[in-house]
Amino acid sequence: MLNRRRFLTSTAAAGAAGFAALHLSPAFAQDAPQIQIFVPAAPGGGWDQTARTMDQVLRSEKLISGSQITNVGGAGGTVGLPQFISQWNGKGNSLMVAGMVMVGAIIANKSANNLTEVTPIARLTGEFEALVVPAASPFKTAADFVAALKADPTKVPVAGGSAGGSDHILFGLIAKTAGVPAANLSYVPFAGGGEALSALLGNQVAAGISGYGEFSEQVKAGALRLLAISADKRQEGIDAPTLKEAGIDVELFNWRGVFAPPGVSDADKAAMITLVETMAKSDAWATECKNRNWTQILLTGDAYAKFLAEDTTRIAAILKDLGLA
Amino acid sequence: METLSHLAHGFSVAFTPVNLMWCLLGTTLGTAIGVLPGLGPALTIALLLPITYQVAPEASFILFAGIYYGAMYGGSTTSILLNTPGESATIVTALEGNRMARSGRGGAALATSAIGSFVAGTLGTLGVAFLAPVVVKFALSFGPAEYFSLMVLAFITVSAVLGSSSVRGLTSLFIGFVIGMIGVDLQTGQPRFTFGMSQLLDGVDVIVVAVGLFAVGETFYMASRRYAGKDEIVPLKGSLYMTAVEWARSWKAWLRGALLGFPIGALPAGGAEIPTFLSYAIEKKLSKHKEEFGTVGAIEGVAGPEAANNASAAGVLVPMLTLGLPTSATAAIMLSAFQSYGINPGPMLFMTQANLVWGLIASLFIANIILVILNLPLIGLWVRLLKIPAPQLYAGILVFATVGTYGISQSPTDLVILYLLGGAGFLMRRFDFPTAPVIIGMILWPLAETQFRRAMTISNGDWSVFYTHPLSLTLLTLAFIGLIGPHIWAYIEHRRRRGPEHVPGDA
Repeated sequence: MLNRRRFLTSTAAAGAAGFAALHLSPAFAQDAPQIQIFVPAAPGGGWDQTARTMDQVLRSEKLISGSQITNVGGAGGTVGLPQFISQWNGKGNSLMVAGMVMVGAIIANKSANNLTEVTPIARLTGEFEALVVPAASPFKTAADFVAALKADPTKVPVAGGSAGGSDHILFGLIAKTAGVPAANLSYVPFAGGGEALSALLGNQVAAGISGYGEFSEQVKAGALRLLAISADKRQEGIDAPTLKEAGIDVELFNWRGVFAPPGVSDADKAAMITLVETMAKSDAWATECKNRNWTQILLTGDAYAKFLAEDTTRIAAILKDLGLA
Repeated sequence: METLSHLAHGFSVAFTPVNLMWCLLGTTLGTAIGVLPGLGPALTIALLLPITYQVAPEASFILFAGIYYGAMYGGSTTSILLNTPGESATIVTALEGNRMARSGRGGAALATSAIGSFVAGTLGTLGVAFLAPVVVKFALSFGPAEYFSLMVLAFITVSAVLGSSSVRGLTSLFIGFVIGMIGVDLQTGQPRFTFGMSQLLDGVDVIVVAVGLFAVGETFYMASRRYAGKDEIVPLKGSLYMTAVEWARSWKAWLRGALLGFPIGALPAGGAEIPTFLSYAIEKKLSKHKEEFGTVGAIEGVAGPEAANNASAAGVLVPMLTLGLPTSATAAIMLSAFQSYGINPGPMLFMTQANLVWGLIASLFIANIILVILNLPLIGLWVRLLKIPAPQLYAGILVFATVGTYGISQSPTDLVILYLLGGAGFLMRRFDFPTAPVIIGMILWPLAETQFRRAMTISNGDWSVFYTHPLSLTLLTLAFIGLIGPHIWAYIEHRRRRGPEHVPGDA
């Protein structure tokens, strides 16, 4: 009996999951709003996970009755952004997930639209980056790495994500601080996933740069050595200095945040900021962030807009040095 | 021995009624999405991720594994019957499978692909259970130089599918290269051949190209010849399932396909397409029925590649489970599901999550059995599709191809590309250019180019990496033998036939 009942509920859950499990809290449909989340990336990536986690937490905190997630993927978000700007204009109950990757893609792809056209709501999370080397590497500290880079950057191939992405940008920033011309760097881009990691584990490259979460398990298992992280301060449970502590004056979060469409009313904007802020301060959100190695770096409204402008300037400068803009 | 007791424990996890139901649900769903072009396992699992909040980890991974294997089974059905591949790994299946379907052997083609998938899937899963630590060591020894040499070998081997005329075959291959280059270049971040269209920045999906050239092109061609009265489809000739001869021709191809698919699937940049190309080329070389390739359809050409793609699906799980390396889109999404349970996939997964990992492996065996039971009876139903009169059938294919393509990324641009390629496919068919090399070119070229440039970046421009790495040298040597071997062999044969006074050795 029990098994049959469990089977029935599970089947129902699976069936409903395809429709974003809207059935879960029908009782709150009256007082809690429905929201729409636009993800300018294919299902499964970081932005999509952010959207789906938000949906989950907002519903479990009973802040919304449900949400509808739309994915329009492609080219670091620059395919989706024009659609969000033109077709979602003025929709006060909508959010778009975006982040630092889109800032870079807009510059590198010379996109016609940019993030100043949408309404900044909140910067939510960030993933700090990690500089790692294979366990057998002669580099013991970040200083060793920088010294080798100064001696001859062409002899230090570094693996990371796609050209112009956050990993490449961090490598450019490290080189710039060390006084190494960005044009001489030997950066080996991999299409994300496990490819960069396997190049490191197979000793194909001298070092790797990527989100800390990509490497954390290999570091714990001793297959990779963590030289430094790009966070603002030391992290609990991570036995490595920040880049700043290691003498490299660079801090970088691959941040993700949410935006409302252009043309929303001030009241809608304020309501949306309150909604997202309440979510970000909930325990459920904190747990999800911890599980996913996301650092909470909440910043809302105008402060977020100011940060966005500064970060855009910084990224544009480094992409120019790297020859990508 | 330890492995066996782990596995037995895994079966005890998977054999609970609830988990069996998840497995059945997953395999059914997987088969269905495999049949539909555009809906892949990666997308489906991503949409089902919210259930990870509701059920135990074992249950959701058993569901996902069922979907993953199921999609590999289902993908071949439309390739064979409608010449419309649902997954990139089943494009090669369409080459011979659809020929067989047109000459009345569709049932046999579906059967050999289902049974071959079962055999290869089971062998591959055994590989995951027993060989994972060894295979992963081999896989990690592949660097960019080795991958490039593997691509060279693949290029040489697949020249077998270029058709009767090398010039026409190479022309098609080069068209494939150009299509493969469209989009942002990964190494420099610069767009190529995008003509300023942001929709082209991510390149053209290989499924769109395959469906456009094969299905839409074919439909246009058929429509243009409607009143010529040629090229009739024979719904069924002889037995619905495989005959004894067909069994005899299939089983070796299954084993060879599985042997190719599993290790290449386990390579972090191996993928599922390359083993299908290699398997097809090998089967064509070894077959005693070469005249059937490209005419009435050779069963080896379906059996080998289908086994290869299922074995590679199992191979992909090796780096995922042993190292936490996601090497395909589906694996990446499954890993993100691990994370939503607070499980960090990594080198310790086998130890820290033994229940989960072995339950998953056991459920893969069960999924395979369920899939073959599910798919064999369906064959009779599927084959009936071919009894639909040609005009309606082709209209249906067109609708199916269009809807499926739109489903990939909901992009109207893709539809324009689909029909442009359909027109190109029609012209190629009309003027007798083979279309398969286009697909092979567009898949292999970006891989070969990327790996070549990575190898050169790492070596700082030193070409010697390609012949000083032993593995790379071996692969290049094999490629070289593949290139000149047949000519030398033909020469020796020629000398031998001319007269007994010539010893082959002094040729």
